[in-house]
Amino acid sequence: MLSRVANAIYWKSRYIERAENIARFLDVVRHLVLDLPEEAGNQWESLIQAVGETAPFHERYGEASRANVLRFLTFDQSNPGSIRSCLWAARESARSVRDTISSEMWEQINRSFLMVKSAEADGRVDEDPAAFFSHFKKACHLYVGITDTTMTHGEGWHFGRMARLTERADMTSRMIDVKYYMLLPRVDYVGSPYDSLQWAALLKSISALEMYRKRHQQIIPSHVAEFLILEREFPRAIRYCLIKAEQSLYAITGSPPDTFSNPAEQRIGRLRAEMDYARVEEIFDAGLHEYIDGLQLKLNDFGNAVYETFFAPHMHG
Amino acid sequence: MCYSVTTAMHFKDYQTDGFYDELFEQPGRVRPGASLLIERIEQLPQGDLQRRQRATEASMMNMGITFAVYGDEQGAEKIIPFDIIPRIIEAPDWQRIEAGLRQRITALNLFLHDVYNDQKILADKIIPPDVVLSAESYRKQCVGLKPPHDIWCHITGTDLIRDRDGQFYVLEDNLRCPSGVSYMLENRQLLKRTFPKVFEQSRVRPIDDYPSRLLETLEHLAPPNVADPTTVVLTPGMYNSAYFEHAFLAQQMGVELVEGSDLVVSDGFVMMRTTRGLSRVDVIYRRIDDEFMDPNAFRGDSMLGVPGLMEVYRAGRVALANAPGTGIADDKVVYAYVPDMIKYYLGEDPLLANVPTYLCWRDEDRVYVLDHLASLVVKSANESGGYGMLIGPAATQAERAEFAQKIRDTPRNFIAQPVVSLSRAPVIVGEHFEGRHVDLRPYVLYGDDIRVVPGGLTRVALRKGSLVVNSSQGGGSKDTWVIDDSPVPAGQLLAQSQQQL
Repeated sequence: MLSRVANAIYWKSRYIERAENIARFLDVVRHLVLDLPEEAGNQWESLIQAVGETAPFHERYGEASRANVLRFLTFDQSNPGSIRSCLWAARESARSVRDTISSEMWEQINRSFLMVKSAEADGRVDEDPAAFFSHFKKACHLYVGITDTTMTHGEGWHFGRMARLTERADMTSRMIDVKYYMLLPRVDYVGSPYDSLQWAALLKSISALEMYRKRHQQIIPSHVAEFLILEREFPRAIRYCLIKAEQSLYAITGSPPDTFSNPAEQRIGRLRAEMDYARVEEIFDAGLHEYIDGLQLKLNDFGNAVYETFFAPHMHG
Repeated sequence: MCYSVTTAMHFKDYQTDGFYDELFEQPGRVRPGASLLIERIEQLPQGDLQRRQRATEASMMNMGITFAVYGDEQGAEKIIPFDIIPRIIEAPDWQRIEAGLRQRITALNLFLHDVYNDQKILADKIIPPDVVLSAESYRKQCVGLKPPHDIWCHITGTDLIRDRDGQFYVLEDNLRCPSGVSYMLENRQLLKRTFPKVFEQSRVRPIDDYPSRLLETLEHLAPPNVADPTTVVLTPGMYNSAYFEHAFLAQQMGVELVEGSDLVVSDGFVMMRTTRGLSRVDVIYRRIDDEFMDPNAFRGDSMLGVPGLMEVYRAGRVALANAPGTGIADDKVVYAYVPDMIKYYLGEDPLLANVPTYLCWRDEDRVYVLDHLASLVVKSANESGGYGMLIGPAATQAERAEFAQKIRDTPRNFIAQPVVSLSRAPVIVGEHFEGRHVDLRPYVLYGDDIRVVPGGLTRVALRKGSLVVNSSQGGGSKDTWVIDDSPVPAGQLLAQSQQQL
């Protein structure tokens, strides 16, 4: 497969996954605002902090009102992390590999982009954000389903899956981190019903609440973290994502399992092995927020290694 | 609630205004090949035809058969206007076109091989040597070139027009990188969905195997010792206006779509950069112009090409389609000599006529052209796509004066032709039908044999009265149905009559 094509497929998949997760971020806050007392503070502000866009947001919008945050993260073309920008980038990447992906995949990306554009034009998101986000998430799911059922599960598909799951691992870690930035009215609210309300909202936005309940029933912070980080069978849990991303990587390179022949294999292998033997107590002891920070750096390193191994022009001498 | 009796859109008031109409012999008299279609359209409930037109446009939007509006990075995109009423060509007409194109492409290919090798046609004074050797599109780099099987123009898209009397004329030959074939194929897919019943019963000749035939034509060029050749489509990139087509063809053929930066010359071969290192390429269907193909051989400032490509090509280690240098045949002065080429190389009379052409470098022609600017179309020898053109009757006095000066300054660069009243075909305009001017671009593949695709791209000037069919200037397209009149196999006849019952 052409390096340029592999690179475009990789970024197309990451951008779509990112867009879907931004919709999930917005959804978690929307849930919370409905459930929490007003004295709990401005949850929209927490969201801006969690996505790490505080400065650019306040420069352009000032107050973190619902409408402003929705606009910034959904439609703002000058925000490269908005749903619209991600989808536009995904569509441009897809356009550059139209001959490699199936027509159905291209059509679905194109439709999704046009849907976001028309939602921007008719203002329906301000009216009924829940409907829009649910519609949009379905469009993303449909895309993944179309990909799995219309594209040969060869090298290109594995690049796509590796990218999607790397991005998802990163986004799930950021979702967990949203909790860190969320405000509680007073310190003694920790462990209160509001605390578990926040965890429940989080699980819901990751589409994990039902699956979580089957495993743990009661909402207990350490169990939630364990489920979202270390669960090996739930498809949005970080460990699951890394296991599958690693499998795709080895399908691409053909390296024998338990060995590595390039930096990408080495980095993801080590990270996945760390998670295989991690205990949630250790994570909490070291601090959940700090653990997630470290994890994000390692995922970043892995992304750089993928670039060096497969896409960088100098690899062809 | 009340219901009104609704009527279909009909052709009762449709006028042909003295032009040759592709579907009507005269107002109220449908051509035999179109009668089934017209009958069906007139039976549709009110609003149904518009609904079908809108559904077609929506599906084009979703499929991204669009072009970006210039200067709007994330913004507006438009579909190429598409009119769902097909243009219908009956079998006898098509037979003449097909035979004429085979003859013309055969002669043009012989001409290309000749002017870059022995130059007999110049020595025999059939074409003045100066006309060829001074042309901007004559590539000295191609002198002495012997492409595989001596074929130069593997893919051609000839522009044909029809005058008031219904006769077809060749307007342009397009031997470089003719585009539009993807629209021909997509239009057909859309129409099969729009008029499934009429389509089924009309015995329209299929065009869907074009990508397979194209791939055969390309693989036919592969170096002889390569058992399983690797073919690629070379595109200038996704911001090129024909990118949709490049991607479409690569996808339909199942080959890689590459950009110049994906290719590199290494150890005497053209290689592509893959995730597993370099991999050899044997045949390149290049959709970039000669000049940009190889900065070592042509324009040094080209970022789109592959340095060293021409050397590998000359050594026969990679094949290119079309061969470089074919642009000489698109020169409008050279065009005027095609009938002479046909006589010279084949000893035959041309089956398809040229539009009468005045060559401004000839003194007597130039005098005539300058005297009759108001009734002629003047074209630059080296431009296409409706650029560098003066349409005398539509031009202002000042524009004509400006062109007259240009003609006097560089007579070699200009030709003139009478205004041809292009034939028309009905299009949907609001709630009724109106005639609009059309042309026809059939596609021809030259591999082990010459194949003319039965159909082509019908371009239509959607602006009332306009003769300009280019999409950059308000043109759209239609599906083109070539009717099969060969005897129907017995089994099929039975099936058809059962269907009608």
